[in-house]
Amino acid sequence: MNRIGEKTVTFDKQPRIITSYTIVGPLEGLGPHALTFQEIMPDISLGQDTPEKTERLILEMAIEKTLQSHNLKAEDIQFLIAGDLLNQIGTSAFSARGYSIPFLGIYGACSTFCQALGLSCMLIQGEFAQKVLIGTASHYQTAERQFRYPIELNIQHVATNQHTVTGGASAVISVDGEGPRIIDATFGSITDYGLKDANDLGSAMAPAAFSTLKQHLTDTGRGLDYYDVILTGDLGIQGSKMLKLLLEQENYSGLERLEDAGVQIYGTNQQVGAGGSGSACVAVMTLGYLLNKLNSGKVKKALVIATGAMLSSLSVLQGDSIPCVAHAISIEG
Amino acid sequence: MQAQQYRELVKKKKPTRNSFKNMFWAFIIGGAICALGQVFLDIATALEQTKAEASAVTLAAMILLGTILTGLGVYDEIAELGGAGAAVPITGFANTVTSAAMEFKREGAILGMGSKMFIIAGPVIVYGILSGFFVALIKSIVLGLF
Repeated sequence: MNRIGEKTVTFDKQPRIITSYTIVGPLEGLGPHALTFQEIMPDISLGQDTPEKTERLILEMAIEKTLQSHNLKAEDIQFLIAGDLLNQIGTSAFSARGYSIPFLGIYGACSTFCQALGLSCMLIQGEFAQKVLIGTASHYQTAERQFRYPIELNIQHVATNQHTVTGGASAVISVDGEGPRIIDATFGSITDYGLKDANDLGSAMAPAAFSTLKQHLTDTGRGLDYYDVILTGDLGIQGSKMLKLLLEQENYSGLERLEDAGVQIYGTNQQVGAGGSGSACVAVMTLGYLLNKLNSGKVKKALVIATGAMLSSLSVLQGDSIPCVAHAISIEG
Repeated sequence: MQAQQYRELVKKKKPTRNSFKNMFWAFIIGGAICALGQVFLDIATALEQTKAEASAVTLAAMILLGTILTGLGVYDEIAELGGAGAAVPITGFANTVTSAAMEFKREGAILGMGSKMFIIAGPVIVYGILSGFFVALIKSIVLGLF
């Protein structure tokens, strides 16, 4: 069995991220880590009539350029795993049309990226695939409309609101080749502490991140300081604060290693509330910002914990609480 | 930590709204919109025959203004600062209709824009009429009109 502890899976084949491509929107292109992304969109629409089409185009571009950058063809890849925030994960399905690669669509809200990454490693470890393509995208305007209000509506945002990242990312995970290695993964279970405020998803997701992190550390026998960086995504300012409080209560040390993709993607003067969110956020920050650090040797061991708030606009209106999930993947340079 | 304890902790750690700042800007923005309405009303009163006509022209002008500012993508920025000061005047009502119309135009004129235009404004109209009815009823009872 490729398992350690109660819930962690290990990959002795150590699949590698052999190539990847990240695209971000103009606002994200003004953030402090803009230089680590491969492409910054010149405008929010890329000449498409609807934001939904723009989101598809972003994912198509990310997938195509990932393949191109390593001279890969569809027949070299055994599975395509993709997901996004929109109903019926339409963006992923439309973007995958052009490829004759077996398609596995997944939904994990903002945790989609780690879910895809973990699943791809299991397919490789299980010898069902040698190369797996993963991808995700999100767009501020499509997410606003599906989960919140019309873009131009007179809404006063609160400090805990997060801004959906416009962008997309794709990567090829392979059994051989060069690139950062994926060591193990801890898939989280749904955690619901009964929070109902859709304007504060960070606080709702923090217990999920905490539970997965705790499980991962228990299973592997590691401490927080085993990792150079622990990148959560996307708890935002508020969620990161809550996660630290939860960890402090159980006397964990090494809290300074915690970073959050949502907090980091925007600059402090960009007025985006508590930070970024959306399935693209942790994806571009991992494949851009973190991969850059892993490749340059500044970071040797990293843990990425992607958190997802699995709410829908209906569940919010019907007064339900917010079920959350978090998946952790450990990556070594 | 138990869920109940955590919920209490979240309540404690939530950033508080700066009510004074919000009220200040709501007063300034809301006041500015009303002052502008007053200017339109004064002009309309000088030009129109009756008071009813003058106020109708003023309302139309303010609705047009709210619609244009929404179309230009400015009104939501004003509301970000002004809050209720921008939402409550009729320009805010025009914004709710226009913003929804703009948003759902993509799904076509009938099933998109036509059916979803009042998705935000609808409840205001429904409960506006309903509360108007009850206020009128109370007034009638108090004045002994039954």
